[in-house]
Amino acid sequence: MLKFFLRRFIIAICVAITVSIIGFCLLRMSGDLAAVLAGENASPEDIAKIAASYGLDRPYYVQYLDWVTSALHGDLGRSLFTNEPVSGLIMDRIGVTAGLAVASLLLALLIAVPLGVLAAVKANTWVDRSALVFSVAGQATPSFWLALLLILVFAVQLRWVPVSGSATLAHFILPVVTLAVSIMPSTMRITRAGMMEVLSSDYVRTARAKGLAPFKVLFKHALRNAILPVVSLAAVQLGLLLGGSVIVESIFALNGVGYLAFQSIVRVDFPVVQSILMFLACSYIVLTLLSDLINAKLDPRVQLT
Amino acid sequence: MSSTTVNDAVPPPAIKAGRADEFDTLAPSPKALMRRRARSHIGLIIGASLLTFVVLVAIFAPLLAPYDPYAQDLTRRLVDPVWAPKGTWENIFGTDALGRDVLSRLMYGARISLLIGFTAAVIAGIIGATLGILGGYFGGRVDSFIVYLINVKLALPVILIALSVSSISGGSIPALIILLGFLTWDRYAVVTRSMTQQMREREFIMSSLAAGASHTRIILREVFPNLLNQIIVIASLDMALIILIEAALSFLGLGVRPPMPSWGLMVSEGRAVMFFKPYLIMIPGAAIFLLVIAINMAGDGIRDVTSPEGRG
Repeated sequence: MLKFFLRRFIIAICVAITVSIIGFCLLRMSGDLAAVLAGENASPEDIAKIAASYGLDRPYYVQYLDWVTSALHGDLGRSLFTNEPVSGLIMDRIGVTAGLAVASLLLALLIAVPLGVLAAVKANTWVDRSALVFSVAGQATPSFWLALLLILVFAVQLRWVPVSGSATLAHFILPVVTLAVSIMPSTMRITRAGMMEVLSSDYVRTARAKGLAPFKVLFKHALRNAILPVVSLAAVQLGLLLGGSVIVESIFALNGVGYLAFQSIVRVDFPVVQSILMFLACSYIVLTLLSDLINAKLDPRVQLT
Repeated sequence: MSSTTVNDAVPPPAIKAGRADEFDTLAPSPKALMRRRARSHIGLIIGASLLTFVVLVAIFAPLLAPYDPYAQDLTRRLVDPVWAPKGTWENIFGTDALGRDVLSRLMYGARISLLIGFTAAVIAGIIGATLGILGGYFGGRVDSFIVYLINVKLALPVILIALSVSSISGGSIPALIILLGFLTWDRYAVVTRSMTQQMREREFIMSSLAAGASHTRIILREVFPNLLNQIIVIASLDMALIILIEAALSFLGLGVRPPMPSWGLMVSEGRAVMFFKPYLIMIPGAAIFLLVIAINMAGDGIRDVTSPEGRG
């Protein structure tokens, strides 16, 4: 177990380092940052001056090593726009984004898991088929469009919730629903697939044969095993939700990390973008590492290699 | 998982495949069975017809579009669509805030979505399938390295990277295509890798090896053709995903730039007036929704038809 954990841990650190290099290079190589920062009418001298003042004229590997060394000392640099420390900017907003992601994940699980179980139990009936239609439709709905439609219906027509902002809890209802819908289809499909497999297994047949109540068979014997892939998917999805918050937070003007990322991208505030990129990648890596460990713990059949 | 590949099927009786349905006493060939399944698969029929329709509209947009999609007419701004009380047949879907005909823009916009979705999915497919097949076929160190690459790719926050790279590089369509191709190859790699691993142990590969075929030949002649159906299915899912990402990027103003009629951009332009002209966000959004549904339905259909036991 310890060996397994160590191996996974080392791989995770290597992945994080590789991602940091790729992210860094992508931001530098996709265009001349100094030229974008200087604006359209800047002279070559201005551009050179800006490049020098932000250290952009040094070789890439020097810039990278410089950034990594200070990042490891807890200094993520300062925003080019507000001159605040990047770590503070992210810390102030992490609560909103994490809350949004966790709430959407819970809402999605609450709806998609029972729906997936129902679809598996009633496989190939109209219940199953409507669940499938629902998941196909959910997968095809662009979340920015769904967000606008929800605003039109629930905020403008019915006036049940506010349009945008983050003053009260009611402001979070539509963003949470939008994000939840984006991950419901895959959760439902994987629950259904896992449930179908478990329902045809020997131990479920035994449990049924010895006369257990159908309800008990379903929830005590079957779901416990069918839920394993859902657990690992949930970790991945939490990572996706943190990334997806860029779109939803921008539409609903929620002051989270996603909105900060969007604003910083528009302003070419690259120290902030770089740090958020690393922050999202690291949360994803940590979450999948955790889900691997949880799965190994829950299911002794998982190979410890 | 076994799949209905031609290689492991019983040799079909010598009948003309196209007429197999007429001879119920004879076992139909796998291809005839596949056609039969395709003809009775409602999802595939609906998805494929809708997709064909959009493709045709995109190709013939210059002939079909009633107006120039870029022509502004400030005297005819925000004209209602035909179903609204004040709408006319002159602008069936109405006009936008600059007086441009929404239907014409929608038709030309289909070209952007399809072009970016298709080519980026092909690029992603080439990268992903190559990596997956190499990893699954050779195993060992090559495989460990490729698994590592897949893990790195999965850890990259796609939307954020797409937004920032597209913002810095200026958002030209070729740049978007390459960017989205390089950001979405993971699913191809994961699936082709595990399928190649299983296939590696099968008799037809073993016998090719025994007969002295080179690895290159086996990969190109034996492995790849058997993966093709799966790759097409993943390509459909990937294309749908890419179209959604492109729309989101353009909606946020960092993908396809104005005045191009990208559907995501049209929703974004309609947003300013959405409270009193909701059709300006409804129509382009519905277009994205329908195109993605059509591609997904066609992809699911191809999967059901080519490997009926593989649903899940």
